[in-house]
Order: sequence, then structure tokens, then C-alpha cells
Amino acid sequence: MKTAETLLPKLVIAPAFVLGFAFIYGLMIWNGVLSLTGSRMLPNYENFVGLEQYARLWEMDRWYVALKNLGIFSVLYVGGSMAVGMVLAIFLDQKIRAEGWLRTIYLYPMALSFIVTGTAWKWILNPSDGLQKLMQDLGWTSFTFDWLVQSDSAIYCVVIAGIWQSAGFAMALFLAGLRGIDDSIIKAAQIDGASLPLIYWRIILPILRPVVFSTVLVLSHLSIKSFDLVMALTAGGPGFATDVPATFMYTMSFTRGQIGLGAASATMMLATVAAIVVPYLYSELRSKPHDR
Amino acid sequence: MLKLSKLAIAAALTVAGSAALAGEVEVLHYWTSGGEAKSVAELKKIMQAKGHVWKDFAVAGGGGDNAATVLKSRVVSGNPPAAAQIKGPAIQQWAAEGVLANLDAVAKAEQWDKLLPKVVADVMKSKGNYVAAPVKLHRVNWMWANAAVLKKAGVTAAPKTWDEFFAAADKVKKAGMIAVAHGGQNWQDFTTFESVVLGVGGAKFYQDALVKLDPKALTSPTMTKSLETFRKIKSYTDPAAPGRDWNLATAMVIQEKAAFQFMGDWAKGEFSAAGKVPGKDYLCAAAPGTASAYTFNVDSFAMFKLKDAGAQKAQGDLAAAIMGTDFQEVFNLNKGSIPVRLNMKMDKFDDCAKLSSKDFVDTAKSGGLVPSVAHGMAIAPAAEGAIKDAVSQFWNDDKISVADGVKNIAKAATTK
Repeated sequence: MKTAETLLPKLVIAPAFVLGFAFIYGLMIWNGVLSLTGSRMLPNYENFVGLEQYARLWEMDRWYVALKNLGIFSVLYVGGSMAVGMVLAIFLDQKIRAEGWLRTIYLYPMALSFIVTGTAWKWILNPSDGLQKLMQDLGWTSFTFDWLVQSDSAIYCVVIAGIWQSAGFAMALFLAGLRGIDDSIIKAAQIDGASLPLIYWRIILPILRPVVFSTVLVLSHLSIKSFDLVMALTAGGPGFATDVPATFMYTMSFTRGQIGLGAASATMMLATVAAIVVPYLYSELRSKPHDR
Repeated sequence: MLKLSKLAIAAALTVAGSAALAGEVEVLHYWTSGGEAKSVAELKKIMQAKGHVWKDFAVAGGGGDNAATVLKSRVVSGNPPAAAQIKGPAIQQWAAEGVLANLDAVAKAEQWDKLLPKVVADVMKSKGNYVAAPVKLHRVNWMWANAAVLKKAGVTAAPKTWDEFFAAADKVKKAGMIAVAHGGQNWQDFTTFESVVLGVGGAKFYQDALVKLDPKALTSPTMTKSLETFRKIKSYTDPAAPGRDWNLATAMVIQEKAAFQFMGDWAKGEFSAAGKVPGKDYLCAAAPGTASAYTFNVDSFAMFKLKDAGAQKAQGDLAAAIMGTDFQEVFNLNKGSIPVRLNMKMDKFDDCAKLSSKDFVDTAKSGGLVPSVAHGMAIAPAAEGAIKDAVSQFWNDDKISVADGVKNIAKAATTK
């Protein structure tokens, strides 16, 4: 009877586990194998070329631009969404009147697809039809906001659109976290004479560490996946100024018939993500027993 | 009872027999806009009249990128469509994978070698055998101009050389309008660039530099001059050009906001849809310096190897129908292009199409007929993409010097 009890859950989980393992890790390995071949338009396993695709990848200017954009975008998107979300959550937590309405309004952008966000912001940021023209028509004739069409600053427009989309989500997570804090701790700190900013900085934010961890994890994977936002907003930007590894991989694999090179770039993306997320995961999950 | 069942068996066999001769063709294409869909419906009617079943497989968007991705997955899974809209060197790449059907039987019966110029026929062949049927012919080195804007600016005729062009553009700029309507996407940047190279260097230089990718031609002073001319054009475009779709740029010309646009003859479809008349409301002329050259872009259907005998027959009928006079005339009237088949009656086509047809025949004889690199007719996708990247970077980033631009293009041309 005991063996049946312990065996049954394992049996139920087993199909999902096996499928997940096969499709996620199995396909990752397949992708790695593909990146070691000279495949052009279709996979070609007889043409083994070793690390040549990786050598070619690291020689391409466009790949460096893509990596740089990923770095800029990820840091600013995750940091910005969390900062804006935290500020909004703190303000909404102050027991204000129209809290339900405001919360819904700030959370709405999350319900949109990135394509809609990208298209709408493309229109807003267009110098001759959007914000710049509006300001100039209203009287500020020397107002310029042409970041979208400049190679150097187009990536920051992608950041703006991304933060607009996800700040509400970060806000909702932080609000839930804030609501879960025991009032008595705050009251005790206030009795001890701590000022409000000090209370937030020393007590509330450390308690919210698990929430911060989840938010960073969700936002990071959204930022690395950001193919549709870039495609809708700039289609790779003036030239390839807003290319990110996801769009680079798609272009190389499917438009240019260089599947081997695309697979190599996908493996590099995986390595980059793993290098950052795995240590963070490890440190957070290890420190949990100590915090409790 | 027995008699009835014998009759029934005989009837069933007859039906089965005729069904075996009538096959099903699954056709993958990306003609999903209004005019394009109407044209495809014509081909479907022709096939259905022959008793075949037409299975439409339309994949929207991306100028064919999405369709190409779907096609790859179908071929890898062993279930290719009967025909797919593929053009240029991609046809030879697919043939190298060994999945395309041999159309020589149909080609001989319909005399395709006589009806197509050699340059075009070579694109449809792999190792000397026909593997694709051409549908329509576009000319890419057109320059479109709004007649009213030119009149307001004091420009009397469409410029024939690049010097005349810059003089005309200056006049338009002084009159307060945008000289060149441009859409900032890398294929549009390259469409303009290849017209500049053709106009500055001529057809032979274009072939050596952009088709044969000869490093000597790519680093020659002619290429430097082409890049200088190309950069000069940028100063006549408006700052909101990056990301703009080609039809929005054409709309700027139609709405008298801009004077010129360098675009292929699908732009004519926009003018016609807006009710404009060639010669009166808008002018069509070859891009400066390219009047005796013709950059062609031929859309075609590549045929895949099929196992079913009925489907193979239907495929042969499809290939014959595509090159037939009825389809060629109807499809091209609707699309704004011209028939790729030589010696067709051009009575129903407008003046710009007639000029295109005349130049096509002349340049086929004189050697000025060259494939378009911007539209995937000349070189393998890997090199083409890399060169387009280099040219678009040069266009968008003024800090890249002409010398560096030449170096980047030459380096990109070595991409395998």
C-alpha cells in the first residue's frame, strides 16, 4: 500500500516530466548539434564543421549590435519596470479612494499583445506623425523627439514601450507583496521612531525579496523573448540598429538560409541566459532556509 | 441483382479512373492583398476548368518570409505542396536539395525556350532542366514622379542623368516639398542603391559588382562614386523615412507631398488604385542613367516532386496554364506587372507597361537585362542579406565614410 502511495504521484507526473524533458532539453541538444553543422537552408547532418559557425558568428558586426542591444534592453526594461512598478505599488498601498480603478488602469497594458504595443508606440514615436508633431503643433516648435529614427537611440524607444507594457504587472506583484506584510512590524518600527523612507528601505523592501526575485525572473525571460515587440516597433530599427539576438536568429535561420549560424546564435543566447539566471536561482533558493 | 452490382462496379471503376487523371494541386503563395487574390483566383478557375482540384495555401506577410518558413517545415516532413511561390537563386538552392520536379516535358511541349529570354529561362532551370514556371515580370529600375509637383517646382521633364536629377531635386526642395519619398526598410534602401549602381556604372559593372560579386569591381572607383551618389540622395529624403512601408512612400507622391520615388512597377498599382493616369498625373521613367537597362524581378512557381500520378499530371497542367496567354494577360493586368512570355499582345496594358515590354525585348537583345539583387533574383540569400545590411547601415549612419562603406560591402559579399 505504501509503495502505491509513493508510486502513484510519480506515475501521474511522469508523462509531463518526460515530455518536458524531451522537448526542452532534447531540443536544446538538437539545436547544439545543428550549430556544429554547415546547414544552410535545411538541416544537413553530414556536413560537420565543428565550431566554424561560432567563429563566423563572433566575426559579424550585427551580432555584436544584437548583444549590446540585449544588454541595454534587459537592464533598462527589468530595472525600469520594477522601479516604476514599485513606486506605483507604494502609492497605491496608501489606502486611497479609487484604488480599484487605478490598479485596473495600470494593469491594462499587460493584457495587450506586444505587437499591439509595438505598433501603437511606433505611431506615437514617429517624428512626423506622433508626439513630436503634436508638440510642435501645440506651439513648442523646436521640440524634437526623433529617437525612433536615429540609429543610436532607437533601442531606448523599445525600452519605453516595454516598460509601459510591464510596469503594471510589476506593480501588481509588488502590491500583493506589500499587502502581505504584517502591520505590527510597521507599527513597532514607527514606535521606535523610524521615518517612513527608512521603514520602506530597511524593513519592507527586504521582506519583499521573494517578490523581487519572481518579478526579475518573469521580466528577464520576457525581455530575452522580445522578438515581437522589436519587430512591431522598428523591424530591427534603422538598418539593424535595434536588432536583438531573437530577431537575429530568426533572420539568419529562416530568411537567409543559414540555419547553422542561427542555431549557433540560439545556443549563445541560451549560454548567456544560463550564465545569469542559474547563479541567481541557486543563490535565492539556497538562502531561503536561512531567511526563514 | 448481379447485373445491378456489375453495373455499379463498372460505374465505380469509371469514376475512379477519371478521378485518377484529375489530381489535386496544393499551391503555396503569399498573394493575399486584394488585387493579388483576384489574380490567383483566375489561375484557380483555369485549373478547375481542366477538372483538377485547387487547394489554396496562402500564407500572408513578410514578402514571402513566412511562406518560406512554412514551406521548409512541409518539405522536411516529407509532404511538400505541389507548387510554391519561390523566385531567384532560391530555386536552385531548393533544387540542390533534390526536391523539385523536372518540368522539361511540359517545357518542350509548350516551347518555353522560345518564349522566354535566356536570362530569365536560366533562373527557372537547375542543371539545364526546367524546375519552375515564371508568372510575371516586374521592372525594378523605375522612377515615379508626380506631374503637378514637378510643374510647381519648375522641372520640365523627368531627369535622365544623375546630375539632372540633383538639379531637379534642388528645385523641388526650394519649392518647399520633399524631393524623394523613401521608405526606410533594407530592401527599399537596396532598390534605390541598385538603380544608382546601374545608372553610375552601367549594366556590365552592375553584373560584375552585384551579381558576380567580383572583389575588384566592388572596390573600384565606380563603386565609390555610386556610394557618394547614393548618400547624396539621402539629403533629399525626409527624416521620418526609417521604417516606412513602400506604399506609404508612394502615397506621398500621389498626394503631391513628394516629387520622386525609386520603386518597382508594383507602385503603379497604387497609382491606378488612386485613379491616377500615367502621363497626366504621374510620370514613369527609367531611373537616371538606366534607360538602356532593365532590372528584372520574375515571380515564379517552383514545382515539387510528388508521389501521386494524378497530382503529377495536375502539376504539369498547372505549369502549362501559368505560361499560357490567358493567365499571363489576366494576372498581369490585375497586378501592374507585364507578362513574362515574349510576343504577347499588349493592347490592354497602359503606356508604362508598354514601355516596360518594349525595353524588356530590347535589353534582352542588347545585354542590358540584369536580375534584381534587392528582390532576390541574383545571388544566394546569405550574401544578399549581408550586403543589404552593409548598404542599409551606410544609408542610416552618416558617420560611416564612403571608403568604409565600400570595405563593408566588399566584406559582406564574401558571405557564404
